[in-house]
Amino acid sequence: MLILSCPVCGVTAEETEFQGGGEAHLKRFGPGASEDDFESYLFMRENPREVHFERWRHAYGCGKWFHAARCTTTLEVFGTYAAQTTEPPKDLRDKISEKRPNWTWREFK
Amino acid sequence: MSTRLATGGRLLNKQKALTFTFNGKQLRGFDGDTLASALLANDQMLVGRSFKYHRPRGLVASGAEEPNGLVNMGAEGTFEPNQRVTTTELFDGLTAQSQNHWPSLDFDVGAINTHLSRFLPAGFYYKMFMHPRPLWKHVYEPFIRQSAGLGCAPKARDADTYEHFHFFCDVMVIGGGVAGLQAAKTAAATGAKVLLVEQSAHWGGRGPVDGGTVDGVPVENYVDQIISELETMPNVTLRKRLMGAGVYDHGYVLGYEQLRDHAPENPGPRHRLWRIRAGHIVTATGAIERPLPFAGNDIPGVMLASAMRDYLVNYGVSTGDRTVVVTNNDDAYLTAFDLKNAGLSVPVILDARVLARDSPAMEQAKALGIRVMMGHAVASVKGTKRVTGVCVCSQAGEGAVLEEIACDAVAMSGGWSPVVHLWSHCGGKLIWDETQAHFRPDVDKAPMGAQGEAFVTAAGAANGALRLADALGDGDQAGKLAAAATGFKVRQTSCPVGDSPEEAPMMPVWLMPQGAGVKLRSKAWLDYQNDVKVSDVQLAAQEGFESVEHAKRYTTLGMATDQGKLSNINGLATLAGALNSTIPQVGTTTFRPPYTPISMGSIAGEARGEVFQPIRRTPMHNWHDAHGAEWEPVGHWRRPYAYVRDGENTHDAVMRETRNARENLGLLDASTLGKLVVKGPDAGKFLDMLYTNMMSTLKPGKCRYGLMCSENGFLIDDGVVARIDEDTFLCHTTTGGAERIHQHMEEWLQTEWWDWQVYVANVTEQYAQVAVVGPNARKALEKLGGMDVSKDALGFMEWADGHLGGFKVRVYRISFSGELSYEIAVDAGQGQAFWDALMVVGHDLGVMPYGTEALHILRAEKGFIMIGDETDGTVIPQDLGLHWAISKKKDDFLGKRAQERSHMTDPERWKLVGLETLSGAVLPDGAYAVGEGENANGQKTMIGRVTSSYHSPNLGKGIAMGLVLHGPDRMGEVLEFPGTEGATYKARIVDPVFYDKDGEKANV
Amino acid sequence: MSEPVTALGGASADNGIATLAEASLQGMISLRGDLTASAVKKAVTSASGAAMPEQGRVTAEGDRALCWMSPDELLLLCPYDAVGETLDRMHKALAKSHALAVNVSDARAMFRVSGARAREVMAKLSPVDLAPDQFTPGMFRRTRLAQVPAAFWMPEEEAFHIICFRSQAQYVFDVLTVAAQPGSSVGVYQE
Repeated sequence: MLILSCPVCGVTAEETEFQGGGEAHLKRFGPGASEDDFESYLFMRENPREVHFERWRHAYGCGKWFHAARCTTTLEVFGTYAAQTTEPPKDLRDKISEKRPNWTWREFK
Repeated sequence: MSTRLATGGRLLNKQKALTFTFNGKQLRGFDGDTLASALLANDQMLVGRSFKYHRPRGLVASGAEEPNGLVNMGAEGTFEPNQRVTTTELFDGLTAQSQNHWPSLDFDVGAINTHLSRFLPAGFYYKMFMHPRPLWKHVYEPFIRQSAGLGCAPKARDADTYEHFHFFCDVMVIGGGVAGLQAAKTAAATGAKVLLVEQSAHWGGRGPVDGGTVDGVPVENYVDQIISELETMPNVTLRKRLMGAGVYDHGYVLGYEQLRDHAPENPGPRHRLWRIRAGHIVTATGAIERPLPFAGNDIPGVMLASAMRDYLVNYGVSTGDRTVVVTNNDDAYLTAFDLKNAGLSVPVILDARVLARDSPAMEQAKALGIRVMMGHAVASVKGTKRVTGVCVCSQAGEGAVLEEIACDAVAMSGGWSPVVHLWSHCGGKLIWDETQAHFRPDVDKAPMGAQGEAFVTAAGAANGALRLADALGDGDQAGKLAAAATGFKVRQTSCPVGDSPEEAPMMPVWLMPQGAGVKLRSKAWLDYQNDVKVSDVQLAAQEGFESVEHAKRYTTLGMATDQGKLSNINGLATLAGALNSTIPQVGTTTFRPPYTPISMGSIAGEARGEVFQPIRRTPMHNWHDAHGAEWEPVGHWRRPYAYVRDGENTHDAVMRETRNARENLGLLDASTLGKLVVKGPDAGKFLDMLYTNMMSTLKPGKCRYGLMCSENGFLIDDGVVARIDEDTFLCHTTTGGAERIHQHMEEWLQTEWWDWQVYVANVTEQYAQVAVVGPNARKALEKLGGMDVSKDALGFMEWADGHLGGFKVRVYRISFSGELSYEIAVDAGQGQAFWDALMVVGHDLGVMPYGTEALHILRAEKGFIMIGDETDGTVIPQDLGLHWAISKKKDDFLGKRAQERSHMTDPERWKLVGLETLSGAVLPDGAYAVGEGENANGQKTMIGRVTSSYHSPNLGKGIAMGLVLHGPDRMGEVLEFPGTEGATYKARIVDPVFYDKDGEKANV
Repeated sequence: MSEPVTALGGASADNGIATLAEASLQGMISLRGDLTASAVKKAVTSASGAAMPEQGRVTAEGDRALCWMSPDELLLLCPYDAVGETLDRMHKALAKSHALAVNVSDARAMFRVSGARAREVMAKLSPVDLAPDQFTPGMFRRTRLAQVPAAFWMPEEEAFHIICFRSQAQYVFDVLTVAAQPGSSVGVYQE
């Protein structure tokens, strides 16, 4: 069972306080979008080995959403960060590079 | 025979005798005994029958690894099967029965299987019960079910209580032997918060039995000393009878504490499951001695050498009068010495090794006058229910008998295997130690924690440091490492020095004698509990089950309740031998928690009975309960399904309530409907995105029914939205939808439109809400008085604040029944009083409360959809003919793009219609309409299904709604719905609005 | 008009290892707003008399208190009868701000768990480190209590106040009763 630190309220708690919310940084496509764009927005998801970016909600705590960068094989948590962003922050990406050189995830590396 | 000696028994309080019964026989033991030691003291060597062949089995071990000694314990509410006698502390009045035999332990019909064993090889069931197929269900499975399983399932409800406890520490040390104690002490000295747990009732592990000295002090005294030191340290928590059951991600450990198993008279919970978070974990879980695979190694009286020593030293029990010791290492000599010193006979030590010179142990044996036969082995054990002797052979040969030696016990030792379970649970890897012939933790491949750090360190025997001197140093090192890993400053301190004699190297023995023929191999047991022999594993390899995981499942090796604690390494070695491979190449099977079985009660904790689930109650819950409510679970809520009066059945009550709401006055507790306040300059814009309709144009004081869809276009919720003021809306959700829709709103606000100025608050439970429904609704409110609720003052789909009968209320004139209806919200703390007031004023107006079933019928009569009935997560509003509620003016709303996808606009999608049976009967809910032809799988073509179906008392017939292919274009057509019992229902497609099509009743 | 009642009518139990009691009617106002905005700060501090709480903390002044719920949410505690007037004052003070203040007094239930074993009772149900050096009076924690959401704080040593949803009051009281059952002391926290 994971431990996560909520970047919003500062609490570090066990997984039962949180709720997973799937892949991070999806770009919404609405009316007018092509079939391909809309399909990828709704259904296409990463299934990476190692570095992954996810959405989580501090369901039993402050109720806020945030992002987490995690290793899917070792379950190491590289960091958590605000939900109000469209990409992982630079310092976190650098930190991941130190631990997992050559990682890539979607357009990020 | 086994008996209690006059002296010895360091753990016994001989002043306190205890009485217990085994298979109905009353026996005596002492305070401090385990059930196993007490049985042995009463010469009850035979403790059970094996699983497959029903062979008589005796105690093999003295701890958690015991495979045979499983009993049914207790009776009625405290009955529990498969209790391990070696880890069950004796208490006065204990009752136990042996398992897996019929009619009795001494005479068991199933023992015929042992003579049939030639016909019951590995994989027998797989091979035998394949064909013919029909026999499986009617013959094979019932037969196997009857003969399978250990113990009996409890019949009575568990009378005990259980609980969880959350605990946090820097360093957790699992195992209270010398290595664990030393690790705890060293870690605690740095100031780290330390939790030290020991599964048994005693500190010191094997130390006090095996002897030696620490800094010149006997181990037993050293243990007492270190415990009293630890007890004074405020940063140390010590717990006995608490087993580290499993190690999980990020330093999570489950600890299983047995609070009352040894003292059932005490109050309180029986077990406590500790949910521990540790910064670093030290597994000082010791090692387990391995049996030697020789023919007849399962005959009662054959025991692990260390276990025999335990019974002798700890409990003053002798296993036999004449004990043959058979070994491949020096450690087993200790058993011979202890037996000899207790005045018992040791006719011979059979040592499989051939050594260049004697080790100190051998010299001591000879000095004690014990005959030592090097290079010798047991060819076979004689006896059936009890050992009567052994046939001696050369280890190097094929088992030619050189000599027969009479004895009534055999002490065996095949070397020691570290208990690596907890290390391995969360991914710790193992390496093969050639010298000691065992797997031990690979320190370079430890389990990884939240920061990518190693979070488990193995110490002592669990790390392969088997000798006292090594174990102490290893524990000290582990303590330092653990403290440093959790950020504490470690000072270089000296470690106490242990003294134990030099040992000669052990020699791996995977078969005894090494050239044993098939006859001997098929009586050489690997897994006692599941009856797996050397020959079975060899057969598995021969038949191609080469992967260790396959061989395990094919033979069931290590799959019993002991999970192969004794058998796995011997089994792997046998498999490796059969495959001409090496043990590390074959590898181990996966270690999974818990270490030993834990009670289901402890896992459930407090979540039993009344608090199994959090039931949610409205402010009027107790009133409903007192007035005949039958409950319907809606999410975690309980809503009255119907209020059943004396002399009525449930159906009668539903019919009465439904009619009365149309004819007089009905009251519905609608408190469970969600109420979300949405406020801010962008609230209108936000709700336009969330609902399919336009909400921003709603005028303050007005209400509008709205639909909500997911981004996939599917309906997720509906409800009435009231505009409170320019910036504020109040959104009603379905029962059980409040939290979900609140979260849905927050998700979009927090993660997509975070620059929009909107706040949401869930005020569902602030209000009790009552629907006052029926032709007399207005009269009832007028009798309460306080505000104008006339048609002109409060029109349909309007709301107003005011007072009724002195209660501060908000009144919504909305209707889910088609009747004149007001939904009235009052503060929850006055909900019951308000309900009471309505019942009083309604008395002369024919008031009756109604439940959810009447609610359903009323809405179905009007063709109103219900989320969860007409929708199932694959239905879009267009399917339900709700085009009028989908704005065409809006550029965007959640689900809009999805509803434009080709599959969503497909004219073949099933559409909502009303259904009326020709006979007036009620269609089965969920029934499918069948059409012409068959689909690709040869099934009848489905052209529709029933989504809601009721008997309408107001119309006097069955009414239903359903989704039907081209439904709205087929009005008047008759469809066929096959039922479940051969009957077929014919129903005509009609308009879904069955009652008051023009809505005149609500418009008054 | 009738007298409002609490969810459980003042249930209590003291035969276990801690004393459990449903609190009497408690005024509670939920405020959503930017807690760094001076208008918001002023509105809540003047309405409560208490200082602005830091992240994860509660501040009290007399019979009023401010609980930190999240960066944009506070819970103001005041006497039940003073909610209307307090809410009016807040609405006036926040008239020009984007904020939402609502009465949630009746939407919640409140319990008090007290005694030397109160920490243990709470630690049986919540996944929070409640060791005396880790959780202290002044801290405010939203978390899980058995299977339901709850928030708690320690008004003083050896006492917890718990807030939960009103509909779950019976469940919360019942699980507390199980957790406090006689004979269930854990005995791990230094006293």
